Amino acid sequence: MTEQGNSSPLVAVRNVDKTFRRGSEEIHVLGGLDLDIPAGDFLALMGPSGSGKSTLLNLIGGLDLPSQGSVEVVGERIDQLSGRRLAAWRSRHVGLVFQFYNLMPVLSAQKNVELPLLLTHLSRSERRKRAALALEIVGLAHRAGHYPRTLSGGEQQRVGVARAIVTDPTLLLCDEPTGDLDRKSGDEILDLLQALNREQGKTIVMVTHDIHAAARASRTLYLNKGRLSTEPEE
Amino acid sequence: MRYLYLVWSNLKRKKLRTLLTLLSITVAFMLFGYLAAIKQGFSQGIDVAGLDRLIVRDKISIIQLLPEAYESRIEQVEGVVDAVHQTWFGGVYQKPSNFFAQLPVEPEGYLAMYPEILLSEAEFEAWKGTRSGAIAGRGLADRFDWKVGDRIPINATIWPREGGERTWEFDLVGIYDGAEKGTDTSSFLFRYDFFEESRQFGKGLVGWYTVRVADPDRAAEIAALIDAEFANSPNETKTEPEGAFLQGFANQVGNIGFIMMAIVAAVFFTILLVAGNTMAYAVRERTSELAVLKAIGFSDRGVFGLILAEALVIAGLGGVTGLLLAWLLVAMGDPTGGSIPVFYIPTRDLLLGLALIAVMALATGTLPALQAQRLRIADALRR
Repeated sequence: MTEQGNSSPLVAVRNVDKTFRRGSEEIHVLGGLDLDIPAGDFLALMGPSGSGKSTLLNLIGGLDLPSQGSVEVVGERIDQLSGRRLAAWRSRHVGLVFQFYNLMPVLSAQKNVELPLLLTHLSRSERRKRAALALEIVGLAHRAGHYPRTLSGGEQQRVGVARAIVTDPTLLLCDEPTGDLDRKSGDEILDLLQALNREQGKTIVMVTHDIHAAARASRTLYLNKGRLSTEPEE
Repeated sequence: MRYLYLVWSNLKRKKLRTLLTLLSITVAFMLFGYLAAIKQGFSQGIDVAGLDRLIVRDKISIIQLLPEAYESRIEQVEGVVDAVHQTWFGGVYQKPSNFFAQLPVEPEGYLAMYPEILLSEAEFEAWKGTRSGAIAGRGLADRFDWKVGDRIPINATIWPREGGERTWEFDLVGIYDGAEKGTDTSSFLFRYDFFEESRQFGKGLVGWYTVRVADPDRAAEIAALIDAEFANSPNETKTEPEGAFLQGFANQVGNIGFIMMAIVAAVFFTILLVAGNTMAYAVRERTSELAVLKAIGFSDRGVFGLILAEALVIAGLGGVTGLLLAWLLVAMGDPTGGSIPVFYIPTRDLLLGLALIAVMALATGTLPALQAQRLRIADALRR
């Protein structure tokens, strides 16, 4: 699914295959997949379970490596980076939002948001300041000292978003960000993502099963049997 | 340091589990420290034995006596600087459990041979001027609350006085201190001339000799020369370095060092399994959290370091607390109420304890840390 145009895309996935091995069985999840994502895009990825949406998201975020093909983000072939370089690259360029929030239960909201900043050279006070700002953006400044167990699902996910944006990453990758939330909380998260995309120009890739959530994105692509298309398969 | 709160927060996750693990490690290290002090007590200052001192005793057994006349012959052996004799008195003060060493010695020669015994000039003069005079080590004096001027009755079990009287009375004229931490201050020293004159039998016989040699490097050669001097005599000798002699003396009770180390090793092995299992479980139950850390940019090595740091904090906190508690217990005195001549944790055992803390941290933390390091993000996030 390649974009037409002269400017190079922020994300360029080229001829990517991804195969998993389960025992002696080989499972082909993605095959010869191409995808361009321009800067400032808000892309929704839809498709049935097991279609490879999360796998594609992991490849774009450098959480996994393709079996074949290339993944280029901001002009860098991340599929060729060593484990250590890839980790450093993720800390600089990727913000992740998970379906089940994946916050550290032993840390307060503030400390959870500060986590990615531990990998920077920022001082303690600067880290605090930035985490506070991120919590303010998601509307949770007043809950900074609370632990995840004392926050509602929607609030936890907003902390998750704050953690994802605190380093001002190039890409925001969201894996079913509203999948564990009620409609109202889900809408609040989608409002937030939309605002981040429109007002701050964040490039967002969101995996979702929810057609209402996908409607908030600038465009939607459907993944089925390892292939991308602009229309859902009948 | 910036990761310390992360490590600490993880340890607080299951407070009871962490506390119990900490307690088990604390107990192990407390036991280690306390047994190290007991072992040191039984080795009776082997560490501070003079390298230039030899002990000459009867070849058959320490309880066989040697002629007093040997002293001048020993002093004539080439390489010998000085020789003094001592004899085991083996008396009882008030009751048999009040055990301590009592030795008749010649004051001038003995103090010259053992410069680690510190006695004031005035007390030394008083000792020389009092025939029934005796000096006690600081530890012994404190144990029985003796003061200079006290009269100390000792009931003889080996050496009755002429006429069969078993009670010897001594005037305490001085209390000596030790120059080093390991110096035995639990002995009671009295004048040999008083002993020689008053004892019922065995006159002219002494227990063993301490010999100072000019060159410690020649100690073995000189020991052989001394033994050759008395070869084929009714009282053949066995000469050995003071350290070896003291070790042999301690070994009469059994190989205390081995027994202690066997106990400590068994305890440590058990604790290692307990702490190792705790660490492994602590990592297993937060697989997805570790995956998130990696996903947001923590390197494999960084996650490895975090887990190892947790093991180090647990082992460090528990171990150092245990050693501190052992140190406090030891400072309160030995469990026999003073029968162990020296009772302290030697610096080398404290250092060994610290090394064991590091070993425990590595042994319990390395495997879970490696598991965390090898965790594949995509797989772990799916769990």
